[in-house]
Amino acid sequence: MSKWKIITRGIIKENPTFVLVLGMCPTLGTTTSAINGMGMGLATTFVLMLSNYAISLLAGLIPSKIRIPAYVVVIAIFVTVVQLLMQAYVPALYQTLGLFIPLIVVNCIVLGRAEAFASKNKPVDSFFDGLGSGLGFTLSLTVLGIVRELLGSGSFFGLKLLSGDGILVFILAPGAFLVLGYLMVLFNKIKQA
Amino acid sequence: MEYILIVISAVFVNNIVLNQFLGVCPFLGVSNKISTAVGMGAAVIFVMTLSTLFTYLLQRYILDPLQIGFMQTVTFILVIAALVQMVEIILKKTSPALYQALGIFLPLITTNCAVLGVSILVVTKELSFGGAPAMLNLPQALVYTASMAAGFGLALILFAGLREQMELVGIPKPFRGVPIALITAGILALAFMGFSGIV
Repeated sequence: MSKWKIITRGIIKENPTFVLVLGMCPTLGTTTSAINGMGMGLATTFVLMLSNYAISLLAGLIPSKIRIPAYVVVIAIFVTVVQLLMQAYVPALYQTLGLFIPLIVVNCIVLGRAEAFASKNKPVDSFFDGLGSGLGFTLSLTVLGIVRELLGSGSFFGLKLLSGDGILVFILAPGAFLVLGYLMVLFNKIKQA
Repeated sequence: MEYILIVISAVFVNNIVLNQFLGVCPFLGVSNKISTAVGMGAAVIFVMTLSTLFTYLLQRYILDPLQIGFMQTVTFILVIAALVQMVEIILKKTSPALYQALGIFLPLITTNCAVLGVSILVVTKELSFGGAPAMLNLPQALVYTASMAAGFGLALILFAGLREQMELVGIPKPFRGVPIALITAGILALAFMGFSGIV
């Protein structure tokens, strides 16, 4: 399979959010604005690429019985790296995303790609698989963030488009469930047509 | 009094699933029947309280004094994974009946972000009861965790009840499965928003 195919598969055909329905917690929790959603997506992409690469290198050395805890430790190390980097260079974003950065460890997408792809494929391919899945995740989170931000505060990436307050509920918790639900309906509808 | 406030705030006002978005995967995954929802809720209360006990002590007596707070994520996830394995083995040996009831849910719990999320939350969160905000002490942390887990159980059982009813109605095709579940959860979350401002 060509590298390009590996990347695009993760973005559309096996989109982590809309097709596989994985990683729901950060998807719902961090998309109060487009920029937050994108930040979360990129942090996850970073972890996915590196952990896929490392796990693919280590796969031969890890006994299959303890592979899951071993993978989790590898992933946790890269999450800690991201945590420290974000704390140093984008402290404001780190504050908003808060708890969801350490929770990348238990994001099903990361462990899922490690188990389903990286443990059976070459390091470079695994790296690109991580990139594809990560970009698919980033894309869905950004779209969700754009819709919620537009409805909730009437702005686009922080740029005020509509005067007034917007419909506050879309920024609060119920709005996350509702917008994601209706976006999925739209996605299904387009796929059927 | 402060314990009552902690319980109400954790179960209703800041509900872990409907307000904080932790543990959404099991919330959507095992909410088809009320009976499984009850089993999952009980298992989560048990594991979450136990793991917070260990991670809280780990944070206060090992990570904090040695100033290696950045190891939090790695050590916590290891402690939780090991603990779940141990609970599974001990239950299998000592109480087969309980193992029958909770056993299948235990492996699911390790990857439940609610467990790791709450154990990180209780060591970083500051609560204030009229006075200055202060870190939670151990009994407060345990009550807080157990209430958070109970909130998860409550949301799960309510949601399972709604989904059992939905089995009986005709749903338009694009809505079937996850989308309608999410929209229902959204409406449930709207209902829970009514609690905000109580505490």
